[in-house]
Amino acid sequence: MSEQRPDLQTWAVVVVFIGLAGFVGYTLPRHETFAARESAGETATQPDEAAGGDVPADQETSAEPAGPSVGDPAGGPSAANEDEGFAPPDLADIPDDEFGRMVRLGAEIFRDTQANAPEFVGNSLQCANCHLDAGRLADSAPLWAAYVAYPAYRSKNDHVNTFAERLQGCFRYSMNGTPPPLGDQVLIALQSYSYFLAKGAPTGADMPGRGYPELAEPKNIDRAHGQEVYAQKCALCHGENGEGQTTADGRVVFPPLWGPDSFNWGAGMGSISNAAGFIKANMPLSQGNSLSDQDAWDVAAFVDGHERPQDPRFTGSVEETRKKFHDSAMSLYGIEVDGVTLGENSPPSGPRKTR
Amino acid sequence: MTESAVQTPWRAEGPALACREARTRARRTVKPALTASSLLAICFAIALPAQAADGQKIVTEGNADGAPACFACHGEHGEGQPQLGYPRLAGLDPAYIVHQLQSFAEGTRTDDTMQPIAEALSPDEREAVASFYGSAQAAKAEGEEQANDEVLAAGAMLAERGDWSKQIPGCGQCHGPAGEGVGANFPALAGQSGTYIANQLHAWKDGQRANDPLGLMTGIASKLSDDEIAAASAYYASLPVFATPSEGQKGEGQ
Repeated sequence: MSEQRPDLQTWAVVVVFIGLAGFVGYTLPRHETFAARESAGETATQPDEAAGGDVPADQETSAEPAGPSVGDPAGGPSAANEDEGFAPPDLADIPDDEFGRMVRLGAEIFRDTQANAPEFVGNSLQCANCHLDAGRLADSAPLWAAYVAYPAYRSKNDHVNTFAERLQGCFRYSMNGTPPPLGDQVLIALQSYSYFLAKGAPTGADMPGRGYPELAEPKNIDRAHGQEVYAQKCALCHGENGEGQTTADGRVVFPPLWGPDSFNWGAGMGSISNAAGFIKANMPLSQGNSLSDQDAWDVAAFVDGHERPQDPRFTGSVEETRKKFHDSAMSLYGIEVDGVTLGENSPPSGPRKTR
Repeated sequence: MTESAVQTPWRAEGPALACREARTRARRTVKPALTASSLLAICFAIALPAQAADGQKIVTEGNADGAPACFACHGEHGEGQPQLGYPRLAGLDPAYIVHQLQSFAEGTRTDDTMQPIAEALSPDEREAVASFYGSAQAAKAEGEEQANDEVLAAGAMLAERGDWSKQIPGCGQCHGPAGEGVGANFPALAGQSGTYIANQLHAWKDGQRANDPLGLMTGIASKLSDDEIAAASAYYASLPVFATPSEGQKGEGQ
């Protein structure tokens, strides 16, 4: 450039850009608990809604919470000081009555979904594989934070969902199964369990520890490096080929991360940003927050860049399905990886006829 | 062409002659060598099945390099002596046992008794004894005092749920929901000597044992209190042992 100073045209562009940025910033929703969340040092996302490119729109519609913010549930036994975040009640506090029996059933389904809800499951996973400490652990998509966030609009299916419908999604996508019909005892039990865990939590508030932590997006993501991370840190438990590991008589202990027995393409864990957040906070098991952010991103992309059962919303065309449901850099569905276009060789979604 | 000899159509000269001479020499040495090595191979093939017997031999008699008989501490069927902290080996994954023997020899697992023994075993011998014990069937050895209900309940809680306030998963999340073990790296705990389990947890905590993949157990043990160590150990010791899987039996056994 021979000119020393920018010309009028350039100034005009700069001014308009700054103006637009200010306008967008001003119109972003504000949350009462944002300050509390910042002081807790975490920013929670809603990865249990997002799947392959859907930007969660739910955050835009929550009402201003009137009551106390997180960590101060009035009178609840789970009250913890603000620094520690929400603490769900102990399982020993489950009452010994009809309701308590339903809560226990929900806890059992959550812990061993294979044994307690087999008619709705289509793969080898358990709820507790990705929702650690039986759905109680902050930053591991705890149930108590999800429960108080519904009913809510979800861009994933473009309407307001009840919590029950949200749970149906877990079975349809993450468990690669068939969703229990509304009113089914499985859904009632899981809702009861979630409600029990959420005792005292404020409704309509975005609670710290909800979902998986949101990592800052890296400059680039390196699947080849992710493969190295996998070999060093993950294969010990999840197998050389992501197939998981079982006891001698076939009980799955370490879940498969890809392939026909894992979550399908519609599941939230198939989104690289979700997986990266989960992995960063929780993996290797017992060594959460030991991986660097970059390693978490890279290994998440490696895991999510493998074939798995088809998206239940498959239109018949991989390209079309990607456009409709996976149009994001965070999804490798419909992308060529290692010479193969993912989604073209996916086993059909849903439970296999012969198991 | 020169005049041909009776046997050959032409007489080899120069390089061709050297080649033919080499081939003749080879024929004269290779054939007997092949025969001899074939005979030797047959002898080895007959002798090799004795390797399994070698495992049993070492277990009952020790070996020529000073390794004592394993059964003296671990039992003839690998049931161990739980009250003395000599672990049960029956049904453990052979690759796991081999790794432990290597660790003893290398010093990544510290034990005054096992170190010289492991060093006295050759790699083949380690494989042999591991294979022997890995497929051994043994009833649970009694002799350890069972802990009280409160301790057992605390141990059961740790086994199933862990203590996530300290980022400790339930033991069963790696060792199997019934403590039956998973693969070569997560050994069975059900029916193992409680004294032994407690000793190992303390060993990881104190830095006396450092052969755990990814340092998983070192990290976990360092977060356990003494009471938690006692509870988890007592709980697993109280469980019945699993029948060795290779025999086709499932579930809780003897």
